[in-house]
Amino acid sequence: MRPDNRAVRIGIGGPVGSGKTALVAALCRLLAGELRLAVVTNDIYTTEDADFLRRAGVLPDDRIRAVETGCCPHTAIRDDISANLDAVEELEDRLGPLDLVLVESGGDNLTATFSKGLVDHQIFVVDVAGGDKVPRKGGPGVTTADLLVINKTDLAPLVGADLGVMARDARARRGDLPTVFLSLVGEPGAAPVADWVRERVAEPHHTPRDHDPAPAHTHGP
Amino acid sequence: MSLSTLLVLADGRLPSGAHAHSGGVEAAVSAGRIHDLPTLESFLVGRTATTGTVAAAFAAATCRALTSGRSGVGTVPHARDEATPSDGDGARLAERVAALDDGIDVRTASPALRVASRAQGRALLRAVTRIWPAATNPAGPNPHHPIATGIAAAAAGLGPGDAALVAVYGGLTGSASAAVRLLGLDPYAVHALVARLAPECDRVAADAAARADDPVDDLPAGSAILLDLDAEQHAIWEVRLFAS
Repeated sequence: MRPDNRAVRIGIGGPVGSGKTALVAALCRLLAGELRLAVVTNDIYTTEDADFLRRAGVLPDDRIRAVETGCCPHTAIRDDISANLDAVEELEDRLGPLDLVLVESGGDNLTATFSKGLVDHQIFVVDVAGGDKVPRKGGPGVTTADLLVINKTDLAPLVGADLGVMARDARARRGDLPTVFLSLVGEPGAAPVADWVRERVAEPHHTPRDHDPAPAHTHGP
Repeated sequence: MSLSTLLVLADGRLPSGAHAHSGGVEAAVSAGRIHDLPTLESFLVGRTATTGTVAAAFAAATCRALTSGRSGVGTVPHARDEATPSDGDGARLAERVAALDDGIDVRTASPALRVASRAQGRALLRAVTRIWPAATNPAGPNPHHPIATGIAAAAAGLGPGDAALVAVYGGLTGSASAAVRLLGLDPYAVHALVARLAPECDRVAADAAARADDPVDDLPAGSAILLDLDAEQHAIWEVRLFAS
């Protein structure tokens, strides 16, 4: 939990139903063999996503923690990150040194982003079934996330979504920030996102994290 | 004391984890005991008179223990060399705060509520040590919430009455806000209720401050048995929105 050797923390956010949990499960399958990995979920209903991950068998039970968000999933990842920091630190304390902690937000809206006090990098997941206008609408998730994932491309013909329009709008909104089109049905699945995550984990920690462990036991005045 | 610093501590936007706790409201809503404004009012009045009063008393007592010798702290050259008296003071302080922490334990029948109180205490302490890095914490990393509230008030330069006010008012608004979110009650009506109950918070806090030096066994020990029973049920629900 020292700033320079704690796990890299990556937040995965996005609207309800865009495929955040399926992406986390796919990343766990691809990365669990090579990285020391744990997951914190912020479900609106406490354990739904954590239970899905457990049932999917992608990680041992003790590497998944669920956090309650009191009806405010965006508050728990942005305005008051204490429960999430607690969960991340508890995992690191209990499991020993980790390479990567994925923090999955509860499904929220296009304005929900992670605090820099909680995560080092964030992925924002939208899906083509939400309409090909989503990248154009922008919002802090689409505009500023370190990686934008446009998910469920296999559904594009069924919902009349134009992937070319989405790519163009994403570029316009995001400048040089990367965007990945993804379908978790078939190959290569989440491999491009897993590659991006591997690069983040391999990076040296560029800045000392503005974060302290739980308060130390101190002496009297 | 500084009124604006008191507002910083009492602000619901202070990142201290409070938004994830309903103070028993989620369980009481599910049991049908809170379903409208009058039933919310009954709940808030009862909660303030029991756990609210206990929290206020222990927050005030903790703050008093930490601030009683404040005037001389850090002003005497070479004070650190006089190890014996300051060590003795430190030991007495740690002993008093530990006794207060134990006092919350024995006043909290529900194991789930003890866990929830320590989780909130830890979260508040995390905020305090980031906001006021010179905070004195003789209680370890997981104090009960009222103990952490006393530590927070002392670190912020506030006094026992302020600590008590933060404790009792925070319990009131946390529960009220959870009811707004869970039941969709009119937020103006709920805040009118909070405003009506605010003078009761003043009274509870003044009483807590007046008793801040009392022995732990003499401090208030009110509890609400339905809060305890509900909390045990709530902790094993499969699906819940709030941590407690």
